[in-house]
Amino acid sequence: MVYLDNSATTLPWQEVLDTYQQAASAYFGNPSSLHRPGVEAETLLGKAREAAASILKVKSSEVIFTSGGTEGNNLAIKGTAVEHQNRGKHLITSAVEHPSALEAFAQLEAFGYEVTYLPVNKEGRIRPEDVENAVREDTTLVSIIHVNNETGTIQPIEEIGKRLAAYPKLYFHTDHVQGAAHVPLDLGKANVDLCTISAHKFHGLKGTGMLYIKDGTVLSPLFHGGGQEQKIRAGTENVPGIAAMAKALRLAREQHTKEAKRMYELQKYLLQELEKIDGAQVNTPQTGAAPHIVNVSFPGLKPEVIIQALTKRDIHVSTKSACSSKLNEPSHVIEAAGLGQERADSAIRISFSFETIKEEIEKLIDVFHEIIPEMKKVMGA
Amino acid sequence: MKNIYADHAASAPVHHEAAKAMMEAMENNIGNPSSIHHYGRKARMQLDQARQQLADSIGAAVDEIILTSGGTEADNLALVGYAKAHKDQGSHIITTQIEHHAVLHTCERLENQGFDVTYIPVNQYGQVSLEAVQEAITDKTILVSVMHGNNEVGTIQPIEEIADIAQANNVAFHTDAVQSYGLMPIDMKQTPVTLMSVSSHKINGPKGIGFLYAKKGTKLMPFLTGGEQEKKRRAGTENVAAAAGFAKAVEMAVEQREERAGFYQQLSDYFLKCLESEGVRFELNGAKEERLPHITNIFIPNISLESFLVQLDLAGIAASSGSACTAGSVEPSHVLSAMFNDPNRSASSLRFSFGQGNSFEEVEQIAKEIRTIVHRMNSG
Repeated sequence: MVYLDNSATTLPWQEVLDTYQQAASAYFGNPSSLHRPGVEAETLLGKAREAAASILKVKSSEVIFTSGGTEGNNLAIKGTAVEHQNRGKHLITSAVEHPSALEAFAQLEAFGYEVTYLPVNKEGRIRPEDVENAVREDTTLVSIIHVNNETGTIQPIEEIGKRLAAYPKLYFHTDHVQGAAHVPLDLGKANVDLCTISAHKFHGLKGTGMLYIKDGTVLSPLFHGGGQEQKIRAGTENVPGIAAMAKALRLAREQHTKEAKRMYELQKYLLQELEKIDGAQVNTPQTGAAPHIVNVSFPGLKPEVIIQALTKRDIHVSTKSACSSKLNEPSHVIEAAGLGQERADSAIRISFSFETIKEEIEKLIDVFHEIIPEMKKVMGA
Repeated sequence: MKNIYADHAASAPVHHEAAKAMMEAMENNIGNPSSIHHYGRKARMQLDQARQQLADSIGAAVDEIILTSGGTEADNLALVGYAKAHKDQGSHIITTQIEHHAVLHTCERLENQGFDVTYIPVNQYGQVSLEAVQEAITDKTILVSVMHGNNEVGTIQPIEEIADIAQANNVAFHTDAVQSYGLMPIDMKQTPVTLMSVSSHKINGPKGIGFLYAKKGTKLMPFLTGGEQEKKRRAGTENVAAAAGFAKAVEMAVEQREERAGFYQQLSDYFLKCLESEGVRFELNGAKEERLPHITNIFIPNISLESFLVQLDLAGIAASSGSACTAGSVEPSHVLSAMFNDPNRSASSLRFSFGQGNSFEEVEQIAKEIRTIVHRMNSG
């Protein structure tokens, strides 16, 4: 099997599973309990927090554990907007965010907030000056995805962060879900106040994630209850899942150091080979894209049909983001990039893991050469 | 010295069968259930299977089960989600003074947002009166939320009757069943419950997962927005492996319900008997009859709670002062404060909660240790 849908989810690493299993049995206590099993669980939780914080080069008090990327984005966006609504109800984001951010903004609009959706160029990139120009007196939050989950386009987060430093009252959030393993962001340099991370995108487990909240950033919690996570996120902490996430993050960063060059080469190879396929139009920019994502359209062909044909040959890719792939809707990301309806309707996403090898990509290319001309004949495209 | 864990109401160890189901799912089932390829579909199938088991356990339909990250999220989604989706119908919510903080603090939050909340008091056994619920309902009331089994003292509320009252008044009814689920049967075909919260790690499933039952047709404003998961009621990639582990834990809890409930009841009864035969002066907190079998909360006059817990811990015994979620510090219990107008009562009460790993010998051991600590404290 050739699994090339790692932007949807990744296979948990064996070491990560081992960590989970050990923690689940040896540290089963509730970290809020005062007795020994509770204290031991709390100690492990603290160690995991320190480990994650040190990898992200932030303070451990700045790391809040969540149930994943969707919760991270929702907490960052709604939490900030709601907490600071007395200062203003204007928010800035882009047209190419993940649905978990876009839907959060849509909900806030329904509650009377005003949201500016910044446009992107053909490469799917926003211009830092556009961000600054959109800032108003009543703007409380700017939220920009770091690596786009459909096209892999990297947004100029550092440059935006630098410009936003001139507006100290404004909070800056980035959705780092796709970037965390393959394009690590220097949170300090990027001057972000909030940063969302999800573990199952880097071989951790589903149901775990983190939100970096810079010291001094105040936000309103989504879940109320016990005083966990500095009262920002109530609910018994998923200690074994969190320990496994810290492990996965460390391993992912090690793999990134070792494999990044090879992955960029692999991506370059795939992009070159796609050029040779009749009718293929690559949506991922040649430069300034994450190494693990390649998005390509076959105008006139139905992506579901291509995916099915690939599946028959045990190759697994996806249309756009898994979170919206059930809908036969065009990609909002490719539409926003102005690449046209046809391309937005026919986009396919190929996403690598650290373990993806050249032979797998060769196989994919071979299959494309085999099936695409056939399909075009049938469709008369 | 053998360690004794008597704090299952805070968190119960994962059953190895549940852990196995979870590990198998993680190793063999990697897809994102929303993906349309083979892996995605396989993950979807496993998720559907798990959801079916959860639904079956309470006589619900599969699309009435919303998977959440746990009990806290389920309580929050039930209250905030329901209140916000129905605010055009009224702004009044009824709950009790002895709810879990996931309900109480959420209600306080809703008060800040313009809702009126009535907190019904309880009697000295921690029981809510049906008349009080009935009387609190006004034409502005949209939701009644009363927990099933109390997490600190174990008192069971007459939720069937409260559900009937709510239904008769055309008001929705939510119950936090985190502590009772798996031990007290509930059938949604018989009881008109609108919303019910459940957590996995209290019934020997993994942490980080739970569900909210939402009766068909119940509108909720989602909390987490994004993908279309959970029929748009809860966005986020579904935690398939945890769902598989949770379902396994549920399967065992359902199969062994009477056996487990009976065993915990015997442990609790034996515990009280041992305390008596050890000559410990104590009073049981909570209802005498209508109570959860696994929770025993006792008042021991004149002890200092914090130091008592530390000494128990040194003796290898893990118990608690109340809910773990209020812990980190020992604050006076809001539940005992609602039951007794006596600060001493909550300053000198302890919760023991039993589970599958416990034995009669352990219970005896705990009672002996309590006597020893009481003597030491009184002579010191």
